[in-house]
Amino acid sequence: MSSQAIGATSRTCSVTGLKVDRSAERLIKVNAVVAIVMFLIGVTAAVMLVLTRWQAVHLLPADWYYRMLTAHGLNMLIFFIIFFEIAVLYFAGVVMLNSRFPAPWLGWTAFALMVGGAGLVEIMVFSGKADVLFTSYVPLRADPLYYLGIILFAVGALVGVMLFFAALVVARREKTYEGSLPLVTFGALTAAIIAVVTLVHGAAVYIPTFFWSMDMMEMDPEVYRLLFWALGHSSQQINVAAMVAIWYLLAGLTVGGVVLSEKVSRIAFGLYVLFISMASAHHLLVDPGFSPAWKIWNTSYAMYLAVLASLIHGFTVPAGVEMGQRLRGYNKGLFEWITRAPWGDPGFSGLVLSVVIFGFLGGITGVTLGTEQINILAHNTLRITGHFHATVVGGTALAFMAVTYYVIPLIFRKEVAFFSLAKWQPYLFGSGITIFSISFILQGMFGVPRRHWDASFRDAPFAVEFPPVVDVLMTTMAIGGILAITGALIFILVAVVSVFFGKPLTDAAIANGTARVPQGVLKLPPQTYSEAKSAEAHAKGAPGTLVLVFIFLGLFVLYYFTNWKMLSQVWRIG
Amino acid sequence: MHSGIVSPKGVWWTPAGKQEKLWVTIAFVWCMVLFAMMPFWHIKGGQNPAGVRTRVDPSAFSDRVDRFNQEFRVGEEKGFPVVAPPPGADVYLMGSMWQWSSVLRLEKGASYMLHLSSADMNHGFSLYPVNLNLQVVPGYDYALKITPNQAGEFRVICNEYCGADHHNMVGRIVVVEPGGKEVSHE
Repeated sequence: MSSQAIGATSRTCSVTGLKVDRSAERLIKVNAVVAIVMFLIGVTAAVMLVLTRWQAVHLLPADWYYRMLTAHGLNMLIFFIIFFEIAVLYFAGVVMLNSRFPAPWLGWTAFALMVGGAGLVEIMVFSGKADVLFTSYVPLRADPLYYLGIILFAVGALVGVMLFFAALVVARREKTYEGSLPLVTFGALTAAIIAVVTLVHGAAVYIPTFFWSMDMMEMDPEVYRLLFWALGHSSQQINVAAMVAIWYLLAGLTVGGVVLSEKVSRIAFGLYVLFISMASAHHLLVDPGFSPAWKIWNTSYAMYLAVLASLIHGFTVPAGVEMGQRLRGYNKGLFEWITRAPWGDPGFSGLVLSVVIFGFLGGITGVTLGTEQINILAHNTLRITGHFHATVVGGTALAFMAVTYYVIPLIFRKEVAFFSLAKWQPYLFGSGITIFSISFILQGMFGVPRRHWDASFRDAPFAVEFPPVVDVLMTTMAIGGILAITGALIFILVAVVSVFFGKPLTDAAIANGTARVPQGVLKLPPQTYSEAKSAEAHAKGAPGTLVLVFIFLGLFVLYYFTNWKMLSQVWRIG
Repeated sequence: MHSGIVSPKGVWWTPAGKQEKLWVTIAFVWCMVLFAMMPFWHIKGGQNPAGVRTRVDPSAFSDRVDRFNQEFRVGEEKGFPVVAPPPGADVYLMGSMWQWSSVLRLEKGASYMLHLSSADMNHGFSLYPVNLNLQVVPGYDYALKITPNQAGEFRVICNEYCGADHHNMVGRIVVVEPGGKEVSHE
């Protein structure tokens, strides 16, 4: 292909110097835009759910509460996140490799299938034909079209993932990059592999259930739960891998964060691929269908090797940030790299908050609750919901938001609208979801159930009275929830206004520093360092991060054994 | 050295730094502790969700529940049979939309084999305020040996969504001191 032909279908990014394929750019845009639309539906549902669970307001009637809960789960956990991830895959597989998009028509087919499937699901849910919650546990039954919608969406997503693999092959064959895949793309690759595993499980559960819903075959409730969670939990592991890849991306873009060891980080990603799908068992620990040996082996991802991977990234990402900062001259003491960091850059603050909330709040609680016996204390209480709002919302969604502040100028070529508001957004969203999650976790420790319309049990045959502190926790839950929702709405406002009505970003505005974009776009930090500088950085290491990870480990150990202590005090059972 | 955006050139399979090795080692050891705790608790601990797990036909389980309710029935409350099985007995509790099959009266310190199952949907057995939670799945008999360690009033909250009236599905368990004196909670 002549260079002219390439020139016609691509442009060169003036910030990163990367070649941007036009059809990849368009597909990234549409997928990202639909992701935000789905997010908006999910947020709208969240408003009503918070105001219903807050017993002082108790907004929705019971049927609409469960309907909104169904919509919230699907839009947030499936539609928003997977549309966004498809955009991330196209970015990492095509743009980052200076390559071209293979078979754009297929990319549009995948997009159409996903939009059609998601649309069908939305219609079924909002018309009250699928009040089965996100999990649709058999024998709860939805309209067959509901399952069909999910199947169409999953097929589309699978095609999108396959196009990412094809893009990697094209880039390698056409030699658009030298050496190995960048770590970020490698991380995206692991997310894509996990996505295939997830979507195959999706087919294994939804296709039989589709036929079951038409009375054409039998479906065992326990087998359904096993297969569903091989989809449902694994899909959250796509998020983990994609989120960690974004952490590395943002570390590089915002402060020139370096990769300490390609080997260690890549092994950690590899561990995700090998072990993370076993976490289906997290949902089945107090189920009658599985033996203790099966539960222990699977819930621990074969001896916690996927947890090990997260513990590794939890060190290498902040350590990479620390060393990047030290290389840029912020060398004083243990923590100058933190105090002199670009805290006004929503890409950076979002990155840090995502790492902290995911690790300290989501990670510690998740591993603890995923312990076979400790799960007795927590299964289906609000502790579970609190945990995964810390991981998926405080971790993944916040990382996606943070990277969006870079995607807007780099892909959409627009300035960030309401930039001063955007600077505050990660703090608002992060603190809100933290308060929300902790309030949920504590309510769950008092036994407040998840997915429950009426914690006052007004019409139940026997009265249930929670201690008064639960009322306080409901109020803090509402405050945290409203803060997080406000943060989410600001994010949507900024993203939508930037993309559709934003001021076009010009090279001149970047050059003279007047563009309202994150500082990493105005002046990209160095992405490579000389041998001598690298040796110096390695010698200094990341002492500040080492202190932080030991604080983390201390809290982890404390929380974990406190839970064993609590367990030892309840009725003997076995 | 470079960021994660840059394609590494040449051989990058090189030894990790000292700090990374230290952290990976400690993290690995911690992971092994996490793993070992679960088998350890099966041997030494008193709370394990193991039990005896068998498949059961929902109608057969329902019949068994009826026989159990008749055999040990001591009264009625709000339309539910109040059942007081002797220590050591097999206890059958069934969830159905949207109720539990009986009010149970148990003795503190006595052990019972609690059989849980469902007539229809998935249900959740959440013992309040102990905060002891189990999944109740139709077609499966989940039998667990339980030993109440306190007397008093308990509730069984369904904490698995089971349809329109899920939030009203609450049962009652009373634990009395050995000898049968009921503790008043007024």
